[in-house]
Amino acid sequence: MQFTTYAKTMAAALSLAVVAGCSSGGGTQDGSDASGMNSGNAGASSQGMNSGRGASGQNMNAQVPDVRTIYFDFDKDTIRPEFESVLNQHAAYLQANPGTNVVLEGHADERGTREYNLALGERRANSVKQYLTIQGVPASQIEVVSYGEERPAVEGHSEQAYSQNRRVVFDY
Amino acid sequence: MKRLVALAGTLMLLMVSCLAHADLTIEITKGNDQAMPIAVVPFKTDDPSVPEDVAQVISDDLEHSGQFAPLSRSNLIAQPGSGEQINYRDWRMVKSNYLVVGHVQQEGNGYRISYELHDVYGEKRMLGEYVEGSRDQLRARAHYIADQIFEKITGIRGAFQTRIAYVTARGVENNQHFALYVADQDGHNTQQVLTSNQPILSPAWSPDGQKLAYVSFESGRPAIYVQQLSSGKRVKLTSFKGINGAPAWSPDGRKMAMALSKDGTPDIYVMDIASRNLQRLTNSASINTEPDFSPDGRSILFTSDRSGQPQLYQMDIGGNQPKRLTFTGSYNAGGHYAPDGKSAYMVTRTDKGFQIARQDFDTGRVTVLTDTRWDEAPAIAPNGTMVVYATQQGARGVLGAVSADGRSSFVLPSPEGNVREPSWSPFLN
Repeated sequence: MQFTTYAKTMAAALSLAVVAGCSSGGGTQDGSDASGMNSGNAGASSQGMNSGRGASGQNMNAQVPDVRTIYFDFDKDTIRPEFESVLNQHAAYLQANPGTNVVLEGHADERGTREYNLALGERRANSVKQYLTIQGVPASQIEVVSYGEERPAVEGHSEQAYSQNRRVVFDY
Repeated sequence: MKRLVALAGTLMLLMVSCLAHADLTIEITKGNDQAMPIAVVPFKTDDPSVPEDVAQVISDDLEHSGQFAPLSRSNLIAQPGSGEQINYRDWRMVKSNYLVVGHVQQEGNGYRISYELHDVYGEKRMLGEYVEGSRDQLRARAHYIADQIFEKITGIRGAFQTRIAYVTARGVENNQHFALYVADQDGHNTQQVLTSNQPILSPAWSPDGQKLAYVSFESGRPAIYVQQLSSGKRVKLTSFKGINGAPAWSPDGRKMAMALSKDGTPDIYVMDIASRNLQRLTNSASINTEPDFSPDGRSILFTSDRSGQPQLYQMDIGGNQPKRLTFTGSYNAGGHYAPDGKSAYMVTRTDKGFQIARQDFDTGRVTVLTDTRWDEAPAIAPNGTMVVYATQQGARGVLGAVSADGRSSFVLPSPEGNVREPSWSPFLN
């Protein structure tokens, strides 16, 4: 867990983008970049809290559910029946751990325009959010971020690759 | 400590970012059999150390416009360096309509380039002048000369002194590297604008050619930035909850249209850049995104799936009178006005996949311009003669280009990564 926290912090630090103005001999960096670090820290600290509860061994909802990705049909945002049990586990976990927040990452396959796919990814993540809130999870514990087609799980132009890329990922 | 690590990482990346990036090259995939033959004779020089083959840069520009067919150097029947050395009959024999001759002389710390354009059948000089430039400006001067020749013959302003922005990407899922570049329209003179391990997309040139707006996920969430190209200085324009996407400048550079989902589903908003005041133009439960200002600044083109599938719509800049424009096919998105405002380029879905198409506003006629499977993100040259777009070559993302008449097409391979998201600058001269 210690390592995970460190890795997350590093990942957040490395996610700082670099602005280049090479022709004038140097670039400037926007102070707002630091928000990347903050979000990384926030994610890491809530995880530390959960592990504390897990150590007491009392609560069966103490562990983050293992399955953290669910998949969607082409151009659809409806939850497939086989993933309802996965969502139910996450709903139970979030309700048992009201201090824990989750980011629902929405993704699309590469077909179509990038900006439209950002919207499709958001629609999928919102569909999961709606399912969780109906189960009783407070909306305040859930944030939706769409990556559209920008972060494929699998490269390639096959239906196999597309079906792996149309997904929502639970990021605790 | 964490800040120190972050700072060290940033400095390391910054140094890397100043290393030269491999330029794009242009390959012809389909030639235009109606292109005008022109002979561009290698420019004479007394100085064998001239660092650029100026005549070759001019010849390549003219060829890549799709409107000219330069004779290969092995077919040049003579090597005149100026008008008085020309025998027009020679050039009629090799069926060249036009002839370009010139010479390059060292002058002070730089060079003087003299050139002449001749009409072979009319037996007269059409253009003749000289330009000066430093060693580093030789390519730019060659592009200038190509612009003069192009305009003199076609009557259309040349766009060879313009630039193209694009994004490269490598890797999958959480292990990715993105970069934003600008390069000359012929792929040379590449300059890195931004690198990140989070997505970068939708670069858009400001109308004055000085700035790029783009979407970057570097903070972990999407945000719209505006960056000054000469200094690298930038501002974060928006970072609302949800999607901050699809920035598009108004023709006067004072406003930015964008897609924001802060109030639910993505809608079109226009921000007054100076005051940051936001005006909401669409309000529906469907997806509304990819706005583009008309060249006269009075209308906005956008993508909406309010009919159930993505189609292009147009509304006035107050958000009134939205009107559906596209009715051919089940998927039309990513629309951009042609510079004359009389048509729109877009991504259309056909039984072959996704292609670049143009729809004329007067006739409603749709012309599909490309024939590969995964074509998207059309970016139109400011003179309206050429469209660059993102496509796939094998497993890699590359840029393609097609002339507006559809007769000539090109691919711009890159030695590294996937290339995508082109944006063509306005005229810069």
